[in-house]
Amino acid sequence: MNLLTALARLLVFPGLLFAVPAAWFFLWVERKAVALMQERIGPPFMQPFFDFVKLLAKRTPPRQGIGGMLMRAWPLIAVSGAAGAVGLLPVLPSSGGFEGDLILLLALLELPSMCIIAAGFSSRSIFGEIGSAREAALSVSYNIVFLLAILSVAASQHTFRLETLAALPASPLRWLGIAAILVCLPAKLHINPFSLPNAEQEIYAGPMTEYAGPELAMWELAHGLEWVAGAGLVATLVAPHMAIGGLAAMLFIALSFVLVLLLSTLAAATARLAIDTTVRFYWRCTLIFALLAISSALFMRFRS
Amino acid sequence: MKIWQRLICTCRRRSPWLFHMNSGSCNGCDIELVAALSPRFDAEQLGVRLEGSPRHADIMCVTGPVTRNAVSAIKTVYGQVCHPKAVVAIGSCPATTNVFIDSRTLAGPLEKHIPVDVFVPGCPPRPDAILQGVAKAAEILAERGMKPPDSATTPAVEEAQR
Ligand code: SF4
Repeated sequence: MNLLTALARLLVFPGLLFAVPAAWFFLWVERKAVALMQERIGPPFMQPFFDFVKLLAKRTPPRQGIGGMLMRAWPLIAVSGAAGAVGLLPVLPSSGGFEGDLILLLALLELPSMCIIAAGFSSRSIFGEIGSAREAALSVSYNIVFLLAILSVAASQHTFRLETLAALPASPLRWLGIAAILVCLPAKLHINPFSLPNAEQEIYAGPMTEYAGPELAMWELAHGLEWVAGAGLVATLVAPHMAIGGLAAMLFIALSFVLVLLLSTLAAATARLAIDTTVRFYWRCTLIFALLAISSALFMRFRS
Repeated sequence: MKIWQRLICTCRRRSPWLFHMNSGSCNGCDIELVAALSPRFDAEQLGVRLEGSPRHADIMCVTGPVTRNAVSAIKTVYGQVCHPKAVVAIGSCPATTNVFIDSRTLAGPLEKHIPVDVFVPGCPPRPDAILQGVAKAAEILAERGMKPPDSATTPAVEEAQR
């Protein structure tokens, strides 16, 4: 991947120029799906955009010292991490990439949730601290399953390169891995039934309680970009290989949209689980499947 | 520059986020505010979102006749809402202290402590009246955003910041 393609992927497609409007669209789909499930009309189509611009134009309270600077930095780091993850997705055929970019993608996907944890603690609000502690517990429990699932997908197809992975036909093992990723996505996106860190009826906005104005706008954007990256990752793994760029892009968008719709409907239909139930769910129920997937992937690898 | 300003003005009008503050209300008005967000009245069509933290909000909705205990909390929360902001007084209580008038536990009406932009009268007001009040406050808010924050309308408690 030369510098030009890398920049084009990061800034144009599937990077910022595509990902930011897509993030707003997915945020709208999320809210609209909840509204439709409750027989409401719901927010207008442009609502996430209105919210974003309004928040950008609001004043932030003055913050002094290193804590204040950190509080401004976390949302920016989260946005850049999520945007970088979207930029790495192998949407277009033969768009480049490098050996091991899957690992970089996983690291970038994890960055927003790290930032949320740090942000809650640096805001020094009691609600922020509780939210961060919950996010940390949640992240420890789903990430093991998530990483094992992705590892099993990669090991079953003998590559850590996203593009090769997307081009290969899906094996039954890969479907098992994808199912495990899907189980982890609601926790990664903090939506119901795993919306523990930002449980607004319990701890207000959790780690975001002290954030206002442009910083909050960046958090909203980071959440939207996480939607694009999470749904996009599954979409690239599921999609059959297409030779034509336009067709591949359309398929990617359609698959991501379906995924977002499914996950938002699930979020609207479920209530929040308690933290101990959530942790138990991931450690007891799903870990066993992830272990099964990884061990069979490794077994097949040694046999072949 | 003009277009950017107009865009911001529209966005402020279309995205009012509320913070609900109860200052000793009988709970009648609070239930009506929640009803305004329910499927039947669906305030989200106007872009309304009920926020848990005053830092996120644009419009502060106050219910209740303002008890003596609530005064300092109201001032703190008013200071925590970031500029531009508006205040909606829901019900007759914050406007006149209503049936609780002459009680010695009260320090109301609300206007003695913070500037109020919209009064929604009624005991309790209907949800559609509350929505109308919020829409009106959003318009006031959009216009106010064009000017720099005015120190006369901002009490000294501007930042109860740690
Ligand atoms: S206005 Fe009426 S309903 Fe509302 S808080 Fe006062 S007494 Fe209760």
